[in-house]
Amino acid sequence: MIRDITLGQYYPGNSWIHKLDPRIKIIATLLYIVALFVVREFTGFIVAFVALEAVIIISGVPRKFIWKGLKPVILIIAFTLIINIFMIKGEVLWQLGFLQITREGLRTAAFMGIRLVLLIIGSSLLTLTTRPIGLTDGIEALLSPFRKIGLPAHELAMMMTIALRFIPTLLEETDKIIKAQQARGADFESGNIIRRAKALVPILVPLFISAFRIAQDLAMAMEARCYGGNVKRTRMNEIKMGSRDLAASLLFAAFLAMIILQRVLL
Amino acid sequence: MEFIKAENLTFEYHKTDDAGQEMSTRAVNNISFSIEKGSFTAIIGQNGSGKSTLAKNMNALLIPTAGKIYVDGIDTSEIDRIWDVRQKVAMVFQNPDNQIVSAIVEDDVAFGPENTGVDPAEIRQRVDAALSWVEMFDYRKKAPHLLSGGQKQRIAIAGAVAMEPDCIVFDEPTAMLDPAGRAEVMNIIRKLNARGITAILITHFMEEAAQADYVLVMDDGKIKMEGSPLEIFRRTDELKDLSLDVPAPVALADKLREEGIDLPEDILTTDRLVEELIK
Repeated sequence: MIRDITLGQYYPGNSWIHKLDPRIKIIATLLYIVALFVVREFTGFIVAFVALEAVIIISGVPRKFIWKGLKPVILIIAFTLIINIFMIKGEVLWQLGFLQITREGLRTAAFMGIRLVLLIIGSSLLTLTTRPIGLTDGIEALLSPFRKIGLPAHELAMMMTIALRFIPTLLEETDKIIKAQQARGADFESGNIIRRAKALVPILVPLFISAFRIAQDLAMAMEARCYGGNVKRTRMNEIKMGSRDLAASLLFAAFLAMIILQRVLL
Repeated sequence: MEFIKAENLTFEYHKTDDAGQEMSTRAVNNISFSIEKGSFTAIIGQNGSGKSTLAKNMNALLIPTAGKIYVDGIDTSEIDRIWDVRQKVAMVFQNPDNQIVSAIVEDDVAFGPENTGVDPAEIRQRVDAALSWVEMFDYRKKAPHLLSGGQKQRIAIAGAVAMEPDCIVFDEPTAMLDPAGRAEVMNIIRKLNARGITAILITHFMEEAAQADYVLVMDDGKIKMEGSPLEIFRRTDELKDLSLDVPAPVALADKLREEGIDLPEDILTTDRLVEELIK
């Protein structure tokens, strides 16, 4: 089961969106999230929704994958909705004891719900359409101006790359340790929470030890391959801005302009 | 022409024990040898005989405690030349999982050349060529954790090949593989050697050592025997004293000779033995 795990949630494809410069995608995603908080009226969400829908269609990512990104946060969204519906004071529509539903409550709840859904879909589109390596390269490039004030941009990106690479390896390792401990009679399934948490110790200790061992091996292998930090390092896939990236930036700027306009005008 | 030359090479590991006492273990003890350019040398020995330590001294991952080791004339203890040494001598390690850096095969192969500042267009070319070489080109976009051990080890070899080294040191590359993966890797090592790359293979498997042109036998930090596989594997008793075996076909040929079957002395491989027997 562990072997099937996919890295991040990248959906391989060859679309226009996939080919965009990761830097543009990262910035656009951040601005999109900001834009969602700028919006005050439902009309703004219509603009944001149409833009998102267009990106989904162009990217060719199946809805199934987008839904998968939404599923883990459904509970949080539901919780937010309930809190908003019942907690906001205003014109009372329905009342039962201390529980009351107000017009304002319903409106805010709907507003927050739409905002959260758009926000999550928007940001999951970034990881769905960008290779993990592209993402770390993009982050490295965006952070590199801050190197002057001592931010280790390259090192951070390298750490992310390695973390992504070793998630499956460490999962496999965990699996092996669990089986080894079970073979010696360890019981991870019964007992109360405290007992079960205690049962994790014999998994975590060997896992840490093996993580350190792997790190040591990897450091040795990286050194053998001439890794010496970011000195004179080149990249096979250089990220370059093309006309496609320019067009996308312009389209995105138009979207932002519309969001700001509707905020100002309405 | 010699490519790697060691003179009175000694390497000691230092560690502090629980009582705070400084301890040192001499893993490689005053050895001298040389490895010819373009040759295929196997280093065999028991666990703890110092063979891996010796390997790591060959590309400046470890710097000798005493004595010298020269790679293509460069003294590895010259700190400024470390990158030159590592570019000349690439290394493939035992555990295929712990030496792959990137989550995508081709990005991993590109890691070495990226580090040495090769031009992007040339990296692309080298990566494609190296992957075709190890017959993994079709897997270039895959995630390494989905591949078999043998395939992962071929990716690691491609990563070494992409650096265009003169020599590759293989530190027990087949120890964690199944027989099929082992055969694949051995095949590639021989192919690389035929292309002129100096190959140094550290191994546990005598059948693999039998495929080399030259064998060094290590024990307790010393080189106990050296010579062609034919010379080495004829000295069965000496090998037994070092707790080492001879390759199965050699052992079988010996037994057959004891039984009075006339066989030539130069049998090392199964193919050769079969050939002689059906004559």
